[in-house]
Amino acid sequence: MPPLLRVTDLKTHYFGFGGTRVVKAVDGISFSLEAGETLGLVGESGCGKTTTCHALVRLLSPSARILGGSIELEGEDLLTKSPSQMREIRGRRIATILQDPMASLDPLFSIYSQVAEPAYYHRSLRGGKLRQRVQELLAAVRIPSPERRMKEFPHQMSGGMRQRIVGAIAQAGGPQIIIADEPTTNLDVTIQLQYLNLLKDLQRASGVALIFVTHNLGIVAKMCDTVAVMYAGKIVEMQSVRGLFYHPRHPYTKALLDSIPKLGTRQPLYVIPGQPPDLSDLPTGCSFHPRCARAMERCRAEEPVECHLGDGATARCWLAIEEVAHG
Amino acid sequence: MGEPLLEVRDLKKHFPVGGSLLGRVQGWVKAVDGISFTIDSGETLGLVGESGCGKTTTSKLILAAEAPTAGAIEFEGRNIAGLHGKQLMDYRSKVQVVFQDPYSSLSPRMRVGDIIGEPIETHERVSRREVQSRVRELLELVGLRPDVARLFPHEFSGGQRQRLAIARALSTNARLIVLDEPVSALDVSIRAHIISLLEEIQARLAVSYLFIAHDLAAVAHLSQRTAVMYLGKLVEVADSLELCATPLHPYTKALFAASLPSHPDEPREEIVLSGEVPSALNPPPGCHFHPRCPFVMPHCSEQEPVLRELSPGHHVACHLY
Repeated sequence: MPPLLRVTDLKTHYFGFGGTRVVKAVDGISFSLEAGETLGLVGESGCGKTTTCHALVRLLSPSARILGGSIELEGEDLLTKSPSQMREIRGRRIATILQDPMASLDPLFSIYSQVAEPAYYHRSLRGGKLRQRVQELLAAVRIPSPERRMKEFPHQMSGGMRQRIVGAIAQAGGPQIIIADEPTTNLDVTIQLQYLNLLKDLQRASGVALIFVTHNLGIVAKMCDTVAVMYAGKIVEMQSVRGLFYHPRHPYTKALLDSIPKLGTRQPLYVIPGQPPDLSDLPTGCSFHPRCARAMERCRAEEPVECHLGDGATARCWLAIEEVAHG
Repeated sequence: MGEPLLEVRDLKKHFPVGGSLLGRVQGWVKAVDGISFTIDSGETLGLVGESGCGKTTTSKLILAAEAPTAGAIEFEGRNIAGLHGKQLMDYRSKVQVVFQDPYSSLSPRMRVGDIIGEPIETHERVSRREVQSRVRELLELVGLRPDVARLFPHEFSGGQRQRLAIARALSTNARLIVLDEPVSALDVSIRAHIISLLEEIQARLAVSYLFIAHDLAAVAHLSQRTAVMYLGKLVEVADSLELCATPLHPYTKALFAASLPSHPDEPREEIVLSGEVPSALNPPPGCHFHPRCPFVMPHCSEQEPVLRELSPGHHVACHLY
């Protein structure tokens, strides 16, 4: 049986200035996702995380083009679907939660009509059944007194409640995959914890697979089963969450882990020199070599290939490749 | 140890609600409701709490951008409420600020050299040449090349802009810098850059910081002492490492429980707070935290706890102790 979602060698580039400037936002990434699994997609701003999410549901801006690869949902390639077929998939099979809950809710529609919409179109619910379903969804995301609150409008809700309502909308179509793009960035820590626990509970109840996009490694440690670390449009390392935290294989992953403050110690933080590269003008060889503490001659000239390290772990780094070659 | 650089005593700021030109005042938002703390020279005090707990109002009061309703702020032994004209200017040159969003805190129409040079020209009588050389020194201090003085802010990344904001804050030889969530808007790797830079500058210039943030790990990393604020009041003040090891107030415990683990097997006490921060317009009676507190006792809703010193330097406001 094919996995729930399999992405193979996906390439998405942006074309600007009449095609003279090419931004390689996503440059050949592959991963797969099983039902009930949580995949973390980690990286700094501008590494291609959000473009990946938009490509998965084919909601890219007009300047972006998917140049190659495939996105298979239960064996069907989404890249061959027509726009109307894609509309059937979005919301029903793959739902998204975006970063800013104020921007993803329409201020002119009541909470009821926004939560009801996916259930109306994708689950064909009407009348009393629809009302009941909306109440259930709002109760599931712990909105107090849902029958009253669903008549209200987004501006009457706090930030945490709005984000929970976006979560209810994502659930409304009964999807198999939810893509959450930095869903807790604007929330306070205690509200963030409530929301993350809520997502886990929903996942346990419905068996939905989650793709969690974040730059916060703490969220990854709490939520994910598998982690893909992105740098300059490529997945530079992918492995289980424990493997990543205890035995990071790519120098970038290690540098990221060392650059976050840890509670209760005042060890100096590791500072990654330089800045993420310009995606339209990437360095030769490995894109990370100008910032890498362990860069070698080979890293400057040749781009590392994906290396399989056992237990499903992969890394794109000459160091890891040599380690494997020398046993 | 001598006298503290900044001493805040029983500071209060209440904002009227509904009081328009002719309307009657319907109530008061007690944004800051009787807080006291000190900051020594060369020390960093962290101030943690959720949105709406009064952190930013506290910073505005210290910056003399708002006048307190009651209480006193003493800087180098002088109450700042009585300062006027030249003395107030002098105070403002010594107490500077770095804001959260480096995209809105730098004027897009001014060159970097003017942004950093303007405070020097305002506060001191110096020649143009002197200003330029000071700007170059400041840029080097924050890790930028001196020749970027000609550029405009839009030519910089978020992290570099935050360096410019720090250079501006240092330009008048400030003794205290209020850092209002200076790293929240930045990427992980850039956060480490700015935190390390702030540490380096403190080691070199012995400047004091009031570090306001909601990221406990970053606060505990940068500050010697940490104060936890909830609905306008301080609920716990302690040495940062001691606070991490033995948080006493249930709210502090909940904040630590909510802070994200640094690796997947890190044990976490499971204290999930229900509900959200109540409105400061109508705070709960007694202890403000009691409706959300997992250890609530009957008299918590009647009697307000006071901040008491339990062990040297560790202050808590809770009926449990």
